[in-house]
Amino acid sequence: MKAKCLECEGEITIPDDVVEGEIVSCPDCGADFEVVEVSSGKVELKAAEMVGEDWGE
Amino acid sequence: MVKLSLVYDRIGWEEKRFELKAREMGIDLQSIDAKTYLVDVQIEPKVIHEKFGEVVLQRCISHFRGLHLTAFLESKDIKVINSYKVAEICGNKFLTTLQLIKANIPTPKTILSFTADSALNAVEYLGYPAVLKPVTGSWGRLVAQLKDRDSAMSIIEARELLNGPLNQIYYIQEYIQRPPRDIRCIIVGEELITAIYRYAPIGDWRTNIARGGKAELCQITKELEDLALRAAKAVGGGVLAVDMMESNRGILVHEVNSRVEFRGAASVSNVDIAEAILNYAIKEQKR
Repeated sequence: MKAKCLECEGEITIPDDVVEGEIVSCPDCGADFEVVEVSSGKVELKAAEMVGEDWGE
Repeated sequence: MVKLSLVYDRIGWEEKRFELKAREMGIDLQSIDAKTYLVDVQIEPKVIHEKFGEVVLQRCISHFRGLHLTAFLESKDIKVINSYKVAEICGNKFLTTLQLIKANIPTPKTILSFTADSALNAVEYLGYPAVLKPVTGSWGRLVAQLKDRDSAMSIIEARELLNGPLNQIYYIQEYIQRPPRDIRCIIVGEELITAIYRYAPIGDWRTNIARGGKAELCQITKELEDLALRAAKAVGGGVLAVDMMESNRGILVHEVNSRVEFRGAASVSNVDIAEAILNYAIKEQKR
């Protein structure tokens, strides 16, 4: 599956086992996107959250 | 069918692994996105139980987001792994240190101070090199080695300019002369299920897998097991990662993590960590 980068329109390869909430990165510009919906071979992306100070284990 | 929930704000490798394993094990695992969930405090516990089931795996990558959601779920009598109390202690290095000291668990010498001036005094008291860490946060972020007075002054000054009240809490530890690795023990309930060495990547002294550290299987000795289980118990128990260092005065515990990342450990361990955690969650449900 492929998706278009919302930032640079580069081509993002989506893994076959993709799930909602997963993060994908654009190989061209490096922007991160969250997969918000997966339906009939298409995914909807939105800009991923920036890493927070309290993120981690 | 057994029903469990997992709350998340970002699906990473571990969360995907839980979903996959749950399907294999015939568990109805529902993943709930904390970012879109509305915490209605007035809601009837019954409604919450229908949505979340009896046991929830707390997997929010944002510590404070997870903590608030856990407080809410526990108020509706839902079992959360890990509990609010445990997550609160593990999410703050100082609170963790206090519990380790109380339980007589060997840990690096630590001084806490509240101003830049007293932070420098703390470093001088401990001696160089020392390590400055934020009390919250992970992955070695903002963890700095203070090698001499000049670097200590610069780093503390830089910290002083960071926003957020927690950045003005200076948690300073002695630097432990150790091999370029630490030990991570993964505890599930009463059991140490696997242990790994985490080797610092080239060009860094921090051993975090998130920083490119490499994992290698670590033999579990009786000493390691006892210490890891005692440390886990000291913070309240549950599913935990106890991080240790090998020093010239024996093994020291420096951290206990509540939202265990186990990708590195899974790459070298024969134990199915996700399966062990799911089995533990099921057991907790039946309690």
